[in-house]
Amino acid sequence: MSNSTTSQAFLEWRQKKTTKPTSEKVIEFIIKGAGFSSIILIAAILIFILKESLPFLLSKFDFKEFFMSTEWYPASVVKIRYGILALLVGTVLVTVISMLIAVPLGLACAFYISEFCSPRMREIYKILIEFLAAIPSVVWGFIAIMMINPLIINTFNVPIGLNILNASIILALMSLPLIVSVGEDALRAVPETYREAAEGLGATKWEIAIRVLLPAAKNGLMAAALLGVGRALGETMAVLMATGHSIQIPQSIFEPGRTLTATIAAELGESPKGGEHYQALFAIGLVLFILSFAVNLSADYLIRGRRK
Amino acid sequence: MRNIFYLVMMMMIGCSNDDRMLIVQNKGSDTLVNLAQAWAEEYKKVNPEVAIAVSGGGSGTGIAALINGTVDIANSSRAIKDEERAEAMKNNNKVINEFVVGMDALAVFVHPKNPLDGLTLEEIACIYGEGGKCVYWHDIRGTKVSGCHENKIIRVSRQSNSGTYQYFREATLGKKRDLKLGSMDLNGSRESIDLVEKTPCAVGYSGMGYLNKHVKALCISKNDNAECIKPTLQTATDKSYPISRELYMYTAGTPSDQVKAYMEWTQSDAAKVITIKAGYVPAPKK
Repeated sequence: MSNSTTSQAFLEWRQKKTTKPTSEKVIEFIIKGAGFSSIILIAAILIFILKESLPFLLSKFDFKEFFMSTEWYPASVVKIRYGILALLVGTVLVTVISMLIAVPLGLACAFYISEFCSPRMREIYKILIEFLAAIPSVVWGFIAIMMINPLIINTFNVPIGLNILNASIILALMSLPLIVSVGEDALRAVPETYREAAEGLGATKWEIAIRVLLPAAKNGLMAAALLGVGRALGETMAVLMATGHSIQIPQSIFEPGRTLTATIAAELGESPKGGEHYQALFAIGLVLFILSFAVNLSADYLIRGRRK
Repeated sequence: MRNIFYLVMMMMIGCSNDDRMLIVQNKGSDTLVNLAQAWAEEYKKVNPEVAIAVSGGGSGTGIAALINGTVDIANSSRAIKDEERAEAMKNNNKVINEFVVGMDALAVFVHPKNPLDGLTLEEIACIYGEGGKCVYWHDIRGTKVSGCHENKIIRVSRQSNSGTYQYFREATLGKKRDLKLGSMDLNGSRESIDLVEKTPCAVGYSGMGYLNKHVKALCISKNDNAECIKPTLQTATDKSYPISRELYMYTAGTPSDQVKAYMEWTQSDAAKVITIKAGYVPAPKK
């Protein structure tokens, strides 16, 4: 290709580019703005949390006490202490156990709805499962206290039914709709030709699901599970009521505990703005921010690592 | 972006400039918020020109707002501190006026299956106080609670910055002792009652107004020899019940006419009927 034709092509391209219709420019601008807005929002949230918690982090903050002590005593008359170890353990325990329940159940449900049941039943199931998502979290909290609490007391013969198990069950139920919907979408997104090819080779439905669809939709299914983790990690009102909101490191799943989010939810309302307790609660917010950021980042890394 | 900001600002100014309504800002204690709201609604019928805007947030928040001059009336479930009075004087040269608007008795309650009828203040301190040795129900005069596994005491409490928690701590442990960690710190009186109703091992506390027939309110005695007294309207009013407190409203400086009229109305018989309906005890006559 000679030099002149290249420059001519370039000029034509320039011409085309400059005469792009205005409507397209506007749309492009809006989409770009939407993309940037999410970055700006995240940055703004981080700056806000940092700003509110910084005076505490610079003065009263004691790394060892904050992360290693289980004594969260913000209103003590003897000695005010801010130790979040028990809350951190509570958050991790409740999230992990609820996911142990919700991920297998949710993904199995997604497989059933997408692959095994009739189209009519599929619509009914989808509506029912999405209805689960519409139940407000405070209602889940009351279900935890009024129904699951006595059930656990009588079934397992324990003193109290508001505990890690109760909160895990509630959180599993709450994140189930998300896992099922996203998982089902991921499975439906696998091209029909895959299924046809597998059937052509004589594979059974079960073999198609496990050997073909599972690997093909792996990233989407993983995303479904991770959205569930995010839901469980961030839930406040329901876990506040279901865990028992008790400051201690649970020795078993039948003991009450407390989470980071519930502590903020319960105490922020009545702590005077700008006070030390208020700032300490924002420091917890910062820990949560870092925690969820780490979960998302490692998830992203995992998914990309698999793609290579 | 900026235009939206102006628009919102204009709407806000537009609302507050509404001269048909005089708005009295009333903020503070979450214990009092139900009563204050019930009063505000009733007062609308008495004086339709004045709207009382009630919000919660806690006693300390309400008093801070009063000192800063952003509210007209502060609700508080504790008496104002001397430092707070001094601050109001220093900040805007205003004297704080105190009104006792009612009484509240903190009931201590257990599951109906619990055979206990009463507790002494010392026993409550043994259950709830830091360093207290009462972990099982048999630590309290050998009590055996049927349906309670291990006979273990499940302490139901409130979040540590609520006025109810702080009053309970002061009344049972004095000013120099903390409540033990590991209690179930629920975020409302309603929830405390619900939990105790469903848990044979549990004991909890809340304002008397929240009690229902599914839990058993205990009588409280000051010491082993003193009479055990049940929380009732009568015992809360004459303060013979050991855990009863005054509920306050505070105004700053010379109150405006509508604030003054409202505060006078809260002492009327019509207001007291509402106080009882809301589950609180009317203020004793001066």
